[in-house]
Amino acid sequence: MSATTEPLSAAESLLRRSDDLRRGLGEDVRDRIVSSLYGEAQRISQRAVHDEKARRWDFDQKIDRLVTSRLFGLPLMLLLLAAVFYLTILGANVPSQMLAEALFAVEDWGAGLFQTAGSPEWLTGLLWHGVYRGLAWVISVMLPPMAIFFPVFTILEDLGYLPRVAFNMDWLFRKAGAHGKQALTMAMGFGCNAAGVIATRVIDSPRERLIAILTNNFVPCNGRYPTLIMLAVIFVGAAFPPAWASVAAAATVVGVVMLGVGFTLLVSWGLTRTVLQGEASAFTLELPPYRRPSVLRILYTSLIDRTIFVLWRAILTAAPAGAVIWVLANVDAGGRSLAQHAIAFLDPLGHAIGLDGVVMLAYVIAIPANEIVVPTMMMCYLGAGMMTEITNYEDIRRLLVDQHGWTMLTAVNLMLFSLLHNPCATTILTIWKETRSGKWTALGTLLPLSMAFLVCFAVATLWRALAP
Amino acid sequence: MATGHDCETCPAHAQLAQMGISLGDADHLVALAGNPNTGKSSVFNALTGLRQHVGNWTGKTVARAEGGYRYAGKSYKLVDLPGSYSLLSASQDEEIARNFLLFGRPDCTIVVLDATALERNLNLALQVMEITDRVVLCVNLMDEARRKGLEVDVRSLSRDLGVPAVPTVARTKEGLPQLVQTVADVIAGEIVTKPLRVQPPPEVAQALDELTPLILEIAPGLPNARWVAMRLLDGDHEVRQALLRGELGLLAETQASPAERQSSLISIHGSQ
Repeated sequence: MSATTEPLSAAESLLRRSDDLRRGLGEDVRDRIVSSLYGEAQRISQRAVHDEKARRWDFDQKIDRLVTSRLFGLPLMLLLLAAVFYLTILGANVPSQMLAEALFAVEDWGAGLFQTAGSPEWLTGLLWHGVYRGLAWVISVMLPPMAIFFPVFTILEDLGYLPRVAFNMDWLFRKAGAHGKQALTMAMGFGCNAAGVIATRVIDSPRERLIAILTNNFVPCNGRYPTLIMLAVIFVGAAFPPAWASVAAAATVVGVVMLGVGFTLLVSWGLTRTVLQGEASAFTLELPPYRRPSVLRILYTSLIDRTIFVLWRAILTAAPAGAVIWVLANVDAGGRSLAQHAIAFLDPLGHAIGLDGVVMLAYVIAIPANEIVVPTMMMCYLGAGMMTEITNYEDIRRLLVDQHGWTMLTAVNLMLFSLLHNPCATTILTIWKETRSGKWTALGTLLPLSMAFLVCFAVATLWRALAP
Repeated sequence: MATGHDCETCPAHAQLAQMGISLGDADHLVALAGNPNTGKSSVFNALTGLRQHVGNWTGKTVARAEGGYRYAGKSYKLVDLPGSYSLLSASQDEEIARNFLLFGRPDCTIVVLDATALERNLNLALQVMEITDRVVLCVNLMDEARRKGLEVDVRSLSRDLGVPAVPTVARTKEGLPQLVQTVADVIAGEIVTKPLRVQPPPEVAQALDELTPLILEIAPGLPNARWVAMRLLDGDHEVRQALLRGELGLLAETQASPAERQSSLISIHGSQ
């Protein structure tokens, strides 16, 4: 063991010299070494491989050069995203309305049937105006957009576009001190944040994985799209001529998504400079060849694995939530219903951040799943007794603006709150399962929640100060 | 250092034991590296048959398969490294593969390449060749390449890279006898490899030229000093630690002297 003391100092001075050289070479030494490696690999393989179908491969590479170019990569990505939302908004409107009409007709019919059979008032109310109405809302609001969004999104996935997205976003995440693969787990979050949190297993470094877990919530999951799409259509789309309404609404949703990505990067950056300090690690990303999407598989994975799966989860939480809302709205205490007490109690808080008590109550009830925020709000606004038929966006707009005093500020802040607030119960549970730490679970829950309140409060205060 | 096989006392043995590997009664240690989805497991299964053992890398959750085969009176131990695209980054799989090549010092390393995606696969091969000289390329999935209309010139590969390359179809065992023979020849010194070392950009090369002699001072005769220098310039934590603990010095001492391997019949020269 005597041999180890003498070379130690030599090793230390060597390290010191290498650190000097490393600083002199700048940050991208690895990139430069890797690109010389790749250049050599390309030269050698070109000499060794003769491709009879070289043209097609060239075509692939040409597409890749465009899709992943510094200049066009990101704008192209946003354009594609906007097109997906445009198709969703345009296509979902009519089926949503038809579904709502059909399902609410069943509610009237069912309730009537119960009454003639002599069932007690509370049972009819609880089952048909509570549980069933909650389900009808969730299905009519969620099913059509999902049935369009998921297949289109799956086509992009099947084509091999998602790895290119990760490639385009890599430098942004590295600048934020996070792992480039976070772009992938973020993309998973667009489907479901709980799935996104599980997907962070692909990140090896525990530090970068925690960053990805804690920030996954900042991209809207499909449970939140109905809220965003509805608000974009009612408040932004309606302000444009009908021909441009869907385009404006789609652009708004893309704007919100971009804002979410912005918050993801900002919070990642903040975390790497405070509680999770360290350097970003590099990784190799394989860009698979483009494939012709297979229609049957897309229909299967998007409709069975995703649409039905997500809808089923929404139904499971919507049924009890519907019952809870009915009970809150119909049990009186001191002349007012429990819901009215809760709304009155939450109203000052809601008002301070540009929202109101009903929205706050909806978010408390919707902790198990974001999908039921809009249905809960609608049911609270509609109350228990007055059974107004609400089947299309115009009816919703009249209800919110004319009867409940919503303004553009309410819409903007609800979008912000929806984007930033705490993850749903499933995601919180998943964070705990993945980290096994109460501390990180609490941070993953409270950090977004406090950001939602802060941002909404700031926007509301500014808006009110600047408004005439 | 003793030139014979005094395994119990040789420091290499301690390093191997740390990784949970014992050479047992095998004569030679062969590593199997490659990108994911290159048919590496098919090669492993075809070579070892039923003589294999699956466990975990010590202290890691990554599966490790090892097995053995006999050829021309010698027994070989084959260790299947985790599939990886490079040896640069900090992923667990890549770290395991790299540490094994560096500290496990296999007698020969087979790099399995996907003939249909040679360019991507060569990146790993070039990196393996920075760490160890004794490399045999196994250009697998030749049948798929043929089906896709790709004509892979294995001799051109071998000439450019300075190491032998064997075309194979592991699923049907096509080419595997030649692979085993080539590995034996490389280990016996019948084939002398001269791996291509990629020339980095000038400013990096300059820094490498300055660091490499300093590393050789600490670890005389270290065959991969240039690679170590490259890792230091990249701020590689593991390599720094290995240097501080004096492990690289030990590596150099146990590396076999090149004089033993002069009985070459065939010599392949790299383009550099």
